[in-house]
Amino acid sequence: MALALALPEETLAEAFQPALRIQGLRKAFGARTILDGLDLDVEPGTAVALIGANGAGKSTMLRMLVRLIEPDAGRMTLLGEPVTELAPGALRAFRRRVGIVFQRHNLVGRLSALSNVLHGVQARKSGPGTWLQSLAAAPDRQEALACLAEVGLADRALQRADSLSGGQSQRVAIARMLMQRPEFILADEPDASLDPRSGEEIMDLLYRLAKDKGLTLIVISHRLEHTLRYSDRIVGLADGRITLDKPSRLADPRHLRHFFTGREQDA
Amino acid sequence: MNATPMAVAIPRWDRPNALTFVISVLALAFLFWSFSNVGLSWERMQRGIPALGSIIERMFPPDLERLPQILRSLLITFQMALVGCVLGLILAFPLAILAADGLSPHPVVKHLSRGLIALFRTVPDLVWALLFVIAVGLGPAAGVMAIMVDKIGFAGRFFAEAMEEVDKGPQEALAAMGATRAGLIFSSVVPQALPSFIATSLFSLEKAVRGSVILGLVGAGGIGVELKVAFDLFDYDTAATIIIAVFVLVVLVEQVSNRIRKRLL
Repeated sequence: MALALALPEETLAEAFQPALRIQGLRKAFGARTILDGLDLDVEPGTAVALIGANGAGKSTMLRMLVRLIEPDAGRMTLLGEPVTELAPGALRAFRRRVGIVFQRHNLVGRLSALSNVLHGVQARKSGPGTWLQSLAAAPDRQEALACLAEVGLADRALQRADSLSGGQSQRVAIARMLMQRPEFILADEPDASLDPRSGEEIMDLLYRLAKDKGLTLIVISHRLEHTLRYSDRIVGLADGRITLDKPSRLADPRHLRHFFTGREQDA
Repeated sequence: MNATPMAVAIPRWDRPNALTFVISVLALAFLFWSFSNVGLSWERMQRGIPALGSIIERMFPPDLERLPQILRSLLITFQMALVGCVLGLILAFPLAILAADGLSPHPVVKHLSRGLIALFRTVPDLVWALLFVIAVGLGPAAGVMAIMVDKIGFAGRFFAEAMEEVDKGPQEALAAMGATRAGLIFSSVVPQALPSFIATSLFSLEKAVRGSVILGLVGAGGIGVELKVAFDLFDYDTAATIIIAVFVLVVLVEQVSNRIRKRLL
């Protein structure tokens, strides 16, 4: 009887476990405090837009979630893993589960789009077969091609990455992230340095992929309209703390503007 | 026309401080002393130039009688350079990884590797040849080893620098997904540094071909032995044939290397 009562409780706890929980996250660079005791819970499958003026700590926070930057204090639990407590080996294993899309696309320009996408398999494999598409095992090569097709670039598979346009290049970076088979996506200004149309296409692609695959997404964008359109929830950072947290459909653009301009009079 | 007061006030030269002045004077004194110490004199130049003219006169026309033997030696010289260079480049690559900032597994390993590369680079190949002639005996094997060590030093440094200068973005992306160190190196660093690797390898081959001629002078095989014997026997017309053959080989290698560089890079 006791066992029968315990099971639903566990199931209930699992069902309400957030994909990400941040408690008291703190980071300073020298005398400058970037994040000052930040708390945040993100439910699985949610697309969160992180907004804030330049230097508000958005990118720092994103990088801290996979400990590319070490926090000074606080706890983070991502996908059930206590990120802040992971030893180097466990941290590497954890990073494999999180896909990151960078502002700079970070492709190897001299290699083909397909080889760049194939690199995503390094999240679960190693060896020469993961370095170049020509050395890859047939199933990996096939999967890389399928990822490229998913971002609409199957016809550019053998084109050198440095000959692609900015938007195409970011698509290849997203395909590489898909090849990683991530369970959580972090995107740091994926629409920056792209023309408005390409930027919009990239944000649409990311949002659609996250929704189709049921993945949690945290995205930073400096474009207000993208923030509103391609997120379920908006979290605003200012002075090292969360000063805004509401569903995107309820957000009023006039009240968000100061997060992008950094001017108080826009608030 | 009178100079404006402002133009007068601005000094044309920086006034050197006392230390700079003393160092400059000492450097100049050392230069004059070096000239007097190396025994270079106008009289010797006056005597030497006609003697050189006489040697050149005796070189022509070049004697082609021993051409087949010279070409065989030239082929061995080239093969010696090629094998030594390839072995050196192969060994330089892992050493360069250990010596490169951001790729080396540990600072101690990095400094040891850099020290080894510096040692191989700074000791001239002729000295390595002398050592290997003693170690493995006269002949091309000693030459191959001397070239190999020299190229580890030369290519090791440039390979390491090329790998340090690549864009770190792709490495960050791969590290963020948990890729291994080998994965980072072979997926991101090597493809980006490849043009520099190719350029360095071709320069190494050119340098090895030029250097391999000299190695024969200390018994490390190849055409250098032929050249030394020709000069020792005052056989200047045969020496001329050898020099022309070496010249053709070096120019040929440089031309081919230039073409490969242009095509690949």
